[in-house]
Amino acid sequence: MTRFLRIARIGSEGLKLHPLRSLLTALGIIIGVGTVIYMLAVIEGRGAEIQERIKARGSNNIILRARKPQDDTKASATRSREVVYGLTYEDARRIHDTFKEVDVLVPVRDVASAVYNGDARSDTVTMATVPWYLDVSRGSLQHGRWFTDLEMSDATPVAVLGATLARSLFLWKDPVGASVRIGSKVYAIIGVLEATVTSDERESLKRDRAAYIPLTTVRERFGERNVKTATGSMDIERVELHEIILQVKDAKDVVSISEGVRTMLARFHTNEDYEIDVPLALLEEAQRESNKAKQLFGSIAAISLLVGGIGIMNIMLASVTERTREIGIRRALGARRSDITLQFLVETLILSVAGGIIGIVCGISAAALHEQFVTDSHTMVTAMSVVLAFGISAFVGVLAGLYPAVRASAMDPIEALRHE
Amino acid sequence: MGDAVVRALDGVDLVIGKGEFVAVMGPSGSGKSTLLNLLGCLDRPDQGQYLLDGQDVASLHDDELSALRSARLGFIFQSFNLIQSLNVVQNIGLPLVYGDCDPAEAEARSRKLAARVGLTDRCSHRPMELSGGQQQRVAIARSLANNPVIILADEPTGNLDSRTGNEIMALLAELHAEGRTIVMVTHEDDIAAKAQRVVTMRDGRVQHDTGVRS
Ligand SMILES: Nc1ncnc2c1ncn2[C@@H]1O[C@H](COP(=O)(O)OP(=O)(O)O)[C@@H](O)[C@H]1O
Ligand SMILES: [Mg+2]
Repeated sequence: MTRFLRIARIGSEGLKLHPLRSLLTALGIIIGVGTVIYMLAVIEGRGAEIQERIKARGSNNIILRARKPQDDTKASATRSREVVYGLTYEDARRIHDTFKEVDVLVPVRDVASAVYNGDARSDTVTMATVPWYLDVSRGSLQHGRWFTDLEMSDATPVAVLGATLARSLFLWKDPVGASVRIGSKVYAIIGVLEATVTSDERESLKRDRAAYIPLTTVRERFGERNVKTATGSMDIERVELHEIILQVKDAKDVVSISEGVRTMLARFHTNEDYEIDVPLALLEEAQRESNKAKQLFGSIAAISLLVGGIGIMNIMLASVTERTREIGIRRALGARRSDITLQFLVETLILSVAGGIIGIVCGISAAALHEQFVTDSHTMVTAMSVVLAFGISAFVGVLAGLYPAVRASAMDPIEALRHE
Repeated sequence: MGDAVVRALDGVDLVIGKGEFVAVMGPSGSGKSTLLNLLGCLDRPDQGQYLLDGQDVASLHDDELSALRSARLGFIFQSFNLIQSLNVVQNIGLPLVYGDCDPAEAEARSRKLAARVGLTDRCSHRPMELSGGQQQRVAIARSLANNPVIILADEPTGNLDSRTGNEIMALLAELHAEGRTIVMVTHEDDIAAKAQRVVTMRDGRVQHDTGVRS
């Protein structure tokens, strides 16, 4: 065994003399490192989840939605109880003509009629749209197929069912090949969608419970009116388009185009009967929030590690004073100054590194517990945060240990021997 | 410290030959410990020279002094100076940590030395659990761990009753018989009488030197 290892072992044995004191000394580092790991795991986990859900909605998309104006008097009521609002084909045409960066434009019209499979009935929304809806909305088919351009132009009565709707109308049977009745007309089922996961739960729910039919079939079969029956009274709403999804070629144009669209729509819609949803803006916002949280907790963690380091240094200084006589004895028996430095430095390093390791274990456990007990939470312990925490604790150890160790080795052996 | 310059040692001119057993006597504060610390390379003179085996200690670096202590010198103190957290064997083996000795070999050697000073059955005891005489025997065993040629003892019997003091003196006599050079500080005449040569100090000066008696 080398001299280095022999002396390092003295340092480690010094810690065993006062196990409780060693533990308490390391506690600052344990708590500091544990907090860093835990906090970062929660922030990373949450951030990753939000980003995934936002991306699932298409980060190149801008979604325009019709919104019933809050104040009825503001809405242009052509007749009593008939409310006209929302997006129009004219809006879609204008956007298409004005913004060349918009690659694809998907109009969607909601049809508020129950969907029937024989006697089984589902009160749901049917979304009348275009063949390229599936691509742009990032949906995917469980099986079967989506409707074609030909079916669109011919206004063929075909329907694709959302996952939840298919389940509720057909249970475990395969709906493809069967048919459903929507309103008074019968549609052949050609496909079933996968369940969706997006950042907007209401939106996911709506999509999964919807039936999808070619927009052309609706213009013919349902006219321009949507009739909603609600608890006895009858509300008549006239909405041309409930949703327009714009897909922008380049992600960097998304925000500026969304602003352009907002300005343009404001000119033709005086009553704010629409809303604009920009997943990318949300994504950027989420990333900013996540970074801000990381910075905040990073600085708190830095402070707690600093406090931990000061705690260690304090105890080590006391320990050096307490063991002055021992230092004198060791020097008289042949220890070099560097041997004494090493002995105390190793002691501090073991304290802080062991504290760091325990802290990492505690942090990872806390993150796991968090995921277990907080519903709908995901945590993510990154290798980066572990390396960072470990590195910082070792660094704090060296920093906190150096001064006491050098002070111990700088003692005059005769003075040290005389110390009571 | 004030302005008063204390000359702990002043005009000391001393030659100690290889294998001598020298007792240093003198009243308290006369510079005995200071002299011993110089001889033990724990201290260096502000002026003057100390040649150890013909080498001027003043010219040596701190690490070289440590190496010298580790290789050639053994210390025995009045207050034993054992490390309380270590057991008997570990205390005895302490100088070997700083020499070049394998831990297993060091332990075997330490046990042999413990046996030599009659502490075979006390190997795993802590210093607190031993009597004064036993503690001093541990210290003597420790001073032998690195097989030094020079043993420096500062009032080794000062804290002991005369019977245990005599036991310690018997051990020192043995070490002298093995050919080691021993310099021992004491203020007891009957202890000093067991040395070959008595140097008496007063106010940092050598007052009297008997020279080597046969
Ligand atoms: N660290 C010190 N600082 C100042 N004076 C000291 C120191 N150590 C010893 N002395 C002085 O040096 C002189 C000799 O001391 P010492 O060698 O310890 O005497 P002895 O061992 O013979 O009792 C005394 O006058 C003492 O006061
Ligand atoms: Mg003295």
